[in-house]
Amino acid sequence: MNYQFDFSFLAERWPDFVAGAWLTVQLTVVSIALGLLVGTVCALIRVYGTRWMKAPVGVYVELIRNTPLLVQIFIVYFGLSSLGLKLSAEVSAVIALVVNMGAYTTEIMRAGIQSIQRTQLEAADCLGLTRLQTIIHVVLLPAMERVYPALSSQFVLLMLASSITSQISAEELTATANLVQSDTYRSFEVYIVVALVYLVLSFLYRFGFWLIGLMLFQRKRKLGTAL
Amino acid sequence: MIQLNANHFIYLLQAATWTLLLSLIAFVGGSIVGLAVALLRVSRVRALRALASGYIQLIQGTPLLIILFLSYFGLGIMGYKLVPIVAAGLSLTFYAAAFLGEIWRGCIEAVPKTQWEASDCLGLNRFQQYAYVVLPQAVKLAIPPTVGFMVQIVKNTSLASVIGFVELARAGQIVNNSTFEPFVIFIVVAAIYFALCYPLSLAARALERKAHAGR
Repeated sequence: MNYQFDFSFLAERWPDFVAGAWLTVQLTVVSIALGLLVGTVCALIRVYGTRWMKAPVGVYVELIRNTPLLVQIFIVYFGLSSLGLKLSAEVSAVIALVVNMGAYTTEIMRAGIQSIQRTQLEAADCLGLTRLQTIIHVVLLPAMERVYPALSSQFVLLMLASSITSQISAEELTATANLVQSDTYRSFEVYIVVALVYLVLSFLYRFGFWLIGLMLFQRKRKLGTAL
Repeated sequence: MIQLNANHFIYLLQAATWTLLLSLIAFVGGSIVGLAVALLRVSRVRALRALASGYIQLIQGTPLLIILFLSYFGLGIMGYKLVPIVAAGLSLTFYAAAFLGEIWRGCIEAVPKTQWEASDCLGLNRFQQYAYVVLPQAVKLAIPPTVGFMVQIVKNTSLASVIGFVELARAGQIVNNSTFEPFVIFIVVAAIYFALCYPLSLAARALERKAHAGR
């Protein structure tokens, strides 16, 4: 093998990679926050809702979980714009990621909420907590605590999956890589660099979620290790 | 511009068979490599455990899309030009192996320790312990999550479209390029994926329920 590795493009193009990584972080943080919100509401409906409310949520979860994110992104970006709803690549990306994240979060949070025993709700009633207080302090926080490891690995998976939004030219990290490699013809080096950046990002995310977990759930500290 | 017609849908269904074939390659390849990863992960040799765990961390921390780009464009520029189906098959194999390896490690570790001890007492060697005692019990635990992961494999084959392999998602793009009906086409594409994945999801759930009922 007489291939000469050449990483010299980094000297000139590193700001592009930083900008791409920053957009990846922005896209995913917004998608995670909104997706968690959608998923939590849907999970509450799936457990406590009436039958008529449960059915559409169930359909939503199954439809999203059984189709590829790539196709979902195409439907939002190309499909909706052909119907007259023109959205920028970034907005389409966030919408698709939120819809996707919401479905997976619903299933995870549902498992957590179902693990809260009925007696807990009765106790909250006896203590005179309002409905909202009960939902937040008795149901949601303890439920989230139980499924937190699953939630945070889903968040990391979403961050990695956000690379797919490069296919509708959202200028995040992977799209940046495609751009730089088409300028420099150093595709092997470029993708290795980007793979490393993703690896670092996923470690940072896991560490970040571990810290957030420590702050949110102070009652017991059995959340596993940092990484 | 061409009107969307029945031939387009037949074309999409034909492309879906490539999706199935690629899924099969990924699953078979991923199972072979994944079993090796799982066994290394529970090995008694520390270095081997670390190696397998490093591999899993590396693959699970990198997007599949980047792995595909590396094996198609990256290796191509280094002089190892792979045809898209080989590049996609290899990438998905190594991707699936990391996840299956981790799932199966959990299943092997879930076999009670007393089973190891009992087979030790019976004088079985390490290979016999795995072949006759531990793996048969681990397989039983492994089936529901493995079927569940097959859904992920089928969905992830859609990414092979980015390196020009004409499977379902790429076929959808091709049809869209001549008819400009993205909404209808991608809904149909999504429906075909759903038809492939939903039975697997249902099966995984049913198996899960059966496994729990048995205990």
